[in-house]
This record gives sequence, structure tokens and C-alpha cells, in this order.
Amino acid sequence: MSTAISVEHLSYTYPGVDDTPGVTVFEDLSITFEQGSFVAVLGSNGCGKSTLAKHFNSILLPCGGKVYVSGMDTSDPEQLTAVRRSVGMVFQNPDNQIVANVVEEDVAFGPENLGIAAPAIRKRVDSALMQVGMYEYREHAPHLLSGGQKQRVAIAGVIAMEPKCIVLDEPTAMLDPRGRREVMETIQRLNQEKKITVILITHHMDEAALAERVVVLHKGTVALDGTPAEVFCQVEKLHRLGLAAPDTVELCYSLNQQGFCLPLDRLNTEDCAQVLYDSLKA
Amino acid sequence: MLKDITLGQYFPGNSLIHRLDPRTKLIALIVYIVALFTAGSWLSYAIAIAFLVSCVAISKIPVKAFVRGMKPLMMILIFTGLLNLFFTGGERVLVQFWRITITLEGVFRAIFMVVRILMLISATFLLTYTTSPISLTDGLESLLNPLKKIHLPVHELAMMMCIALRFIPTLIEETDKIISAQKARGADFENGNLLQRVKALIPILVPLFISAFRRADELATAMECRCYQGGDGRTKMKLLRFRRFDYVTFLLLCALLAAVILVASWGL
Repeated sequence: MSTAISVEHLSYTYPGVDDTPGVTVFEDLSITFEQGSFVAVLGSNGCGKSTLAKHFNSILLPCGGKVYVSGMDTSDPEQLTAVRRSVGMVFQNPDNQIVANVVEEDVAFGPENLGIAAPAIRKRVDSALMQVGMYEYREHAPHLLSGGQKQRVAIAGVIAMEPKCIVLDEPTAMLDPRGRREVMETIQRLNQEKKITVILITHHMDEAALAERVVVLHKGTVALDGTPAEVFCQVEKLHRLGLAAPDTVELCYSLNQQGFCLPLDRLNTEDCAQVLYDSLKA
Repeated sequence: MLKDITLGQYFPGNSLIHRLDPRTKLIALIVYIVALFTAGSWLSYAIAIAFLVSCVAISKIPVKAFVRGMKPLMMILIFTGLLNLFFTGGERVLVQFWRITITLEGVFRAIFMVVRILMLISATFLLTYTTSPISLTDGLESLLNPLKKIHLPVHELAMMMCIALRFIPTLIEETDKIISAQKARGADFENGNLLQRVKALIPILVPLFISAFRRADELATAMECRCYQGGDGRTKMKLLRFRRFDYVTFLLLCALLAAVILVASWGL
């Protein structure tokens, strides 16, 4: 597999206002993301998740080190459009990323910026809306949609630009459980069917458990990196980093402390129930 | 309470008027206003009224919508009517008492002025009722395009209008939330004199402005992420195109203007 995004010895400091010193987020961070993978990035508040995401499409430029997107240097102004074309971003608040007051016009915003001809834009918009399951809402006003629907429109707006990679910065943080499920299903489908690289920044452990790979950031460094099962079984370490494991793992961990002997790699409810059933039966 | 405000006031539909190119409708409004101000006699007013009434009929917009929209402007209409009624000089005096004289010329003039304003407003309503805000913005941008040559930021203005329209409902919702939150903290918006009530608005406006700035910042980032670089090299998904009926409309407008001017020159 080829590399979608590679971060090499990244350092970044937010500039201070007036005489106050800036805030250093990264000192020396190196990490790579494979093409077509689904990676969840976790970390407690202020660990640099969002700052990292903003480096992926040149919203922020590294103070030191390099960030490459499909081999293109993000700090090269010549490549700016190409970089932003290949990495799409979805943010937390769907209200603040929808530009137009008709759904299809908003989805068309990105392709219009790329200077694509009208019939081709139409095709992209229709296909993007179908992929997120919002085609029948194409003539609606965004403010009348639910949170999950708005976020799917925002995702459609990104995939209409046909990026290789989508970075989602806590896309479900403002949604109700149903909206969250809709968005997660959409993300998984895009990853599996369209082979789009997905980098999901999240606070929800159960969402991270759906990824192929989980990266835990702590104070600007990679604290843990591996498959969900590998990462989440290190419950004590997660607690030290200010995070919790998914509920199922937490349950098994607590029971283990009371003398049970349960495996800590059961990430979905059915598996966990089965393990409990087996152990209680024995 | 704020949800009752109707903004944009677009009535979706599929009538001939709805399907006209927004540029045609904008030009038509201007031509119609010119015709209204050229008109000066009963016959020319009748032509102008007949034109608008048939347009309204074709658009299938309920007349009630026009009446409702007219309500807030009632004071202006009455005021204009009365001013013209009392202060137009003339020979054929109808009533005279105290210092006020009402002449026949004054009555005619008052009627003409009120009808003129009524038609003007109705024509504008017809435009906003049958054209979605976004196509109106598109139409304006396209009509103003030649002004780019004198470095007028036409695209930026259209973009600003579009974003403003997009965020009006969002900000209204937000204002409602802030009002509820401040009420829950004991704020009082209903009592007190005018000054106190204006002061009570500050705790609403401050959070509203802060959140609007935050939204603007986030929106700007999101737009940049989607490769927005201003109007240069940008294409449009929906291209504006004049169709046959647009040309027919232009002919009809020319006919209207010619008729009104002819009638005026004959002095009928």
C-alpha cells in the first residue's frame, strides 16, 4: 500500500499574542497514514488532534519538519490547490461549513471552485448526494435538516471534490445518537466502497473501535498506535492518558479486577456478552 | 417569537413567471418601475395595472400574500395619500374648511400616488415571491458582471449576499436560544421604559456577535478547505440561460413601455 499522508519530524507552535509566548503543540512528531486505510485519532483535550488535522491540507503550515500528501509538500504554495483537492476536511459543527442555502448548491461549491464545467459538476453533485443518501433532499434548505443530515451534506460537499483522503474532525460531537450512526455508516461505506482514506478524529471510543488502526496522541506525541484490539486492551495506560476504553472493555477490565479472567479485546457488545456468558457458565 | 419573521418570502412553484430567468425578472422590474413613473393618466395606469394583474394571475401566487406583505407599509400609503390630498393646488375646489382645501386635482393625484406605490411594491413582491434567493443572487451577479471592469467586487458582493441569506435562519435560531438562556438567568425583556428595554438587549447582542464571529472564522476555514480562492476561475453548476419565453417577456415589456409612453404623449 502506498502512503497517503506522511508527517516527518513535525514541529508547530501557535504564535503568541503580543508578548505572551506561543503554545508549542508538536516538537517532533512523525507518523504516516496508508492509502485506503481507516484510522481513528484519539487523545484528551489539547493533545494536538485538531492541530494535526489542520496540517493535512495546509490550513496550518509546519514550523519545522514536513507534511507530505501523496508526495506533495503542504508548505509549497504551488501545490496548495492540489493538496486541498486530495484531502477533504469535515468539521465539528455542520452549520458552520455549509455555504449555500440549497443542499445541492452547497455540494456544488467545491467543484465550482475547481473550475469544472457545469455538466460535470452536476454529475459529481448527484453522485456525492447519492453516496451519502441525501439525494432526495437536494433541493431542501440546509437549516431545516437534522444535525446528522447536515453533516452528511457536509461530507457530500467534500466527496464531490473527489479527494483521496477525508479528514473528519469530531464530526459527530454535536449530533444525537441517530445522527452519529448515520454519519459513521456513511464514513465506513466511503472507506470500504470508494477506498477513500479516512482519518477520524474522535472522542467516542466506540467510533474508534470501528477503525482499522487507532492512534492515541498525548502532549504532541504518539502514545499508542495499533489495531483497536491492541490499543484498547492497554486499559491502565489509556486511563493514565486521560482516556477510557470502549464500554465493553471497561466492563471486562472491572470484572477482572474482581477476580474474573476475561480477555480485553472484545470491542462489540455481542462478543462481550458471549465471553461473559461463557465465563459464567464455566 | 422570532421564527414568525418571513425572510426571503419565496413561494416555490412552477409557473411561467417562476421559470423565467432571474435576470429577465430583474430587468422587467426596472422597466416596469420606469413605466409606472411615465404613466400619468387613467388609461396609462389602467395598462400598467392590467399588466401586473395578469402577471400575478400567471404566477398563481395567492393575492393574500400581497395583502399581508402590504400591511407594514399601510402607514406610508395613508400618509402619502393624505399629503397629496391636502396639499395639491387646483381650481376645482371640492371642500373647503378651516385652512384645508381639497381640490379635484388633489383627489386624482392622491389616487395616482397611492396606486403607483401599491403597484411598485406589488411588482417587487412578485419578484421575491417567484424567485429563490439564490437565483436572485446569481441573476444580480450576472447582471452586474460588466462592472467588474471598473474593479467593483461583484462576485464578492454576491457571495456575501448568499452567505448572509444562508445564515439568517441560523442566527435567528441562535438568538432565540440566547433569549431563552438569559431569561432562565432572570433577564427581563418585557418590563421597564424604552431605555431599560434597549439596555436589556445588550446581554443578547454580545453573545450573538461573539458567536457570529466564531462562525465566520470556522466558515472561512471550511471554505478555504474546499479550495475557495475568490471568483477567478470559478464555474457555476447552474448556468443562467435566456429561453424563448424570456425573449417574449422582453417584447411584452417593450410593448408595455411603448403603450404607456404613447398614451402619455397623446395626453389621454
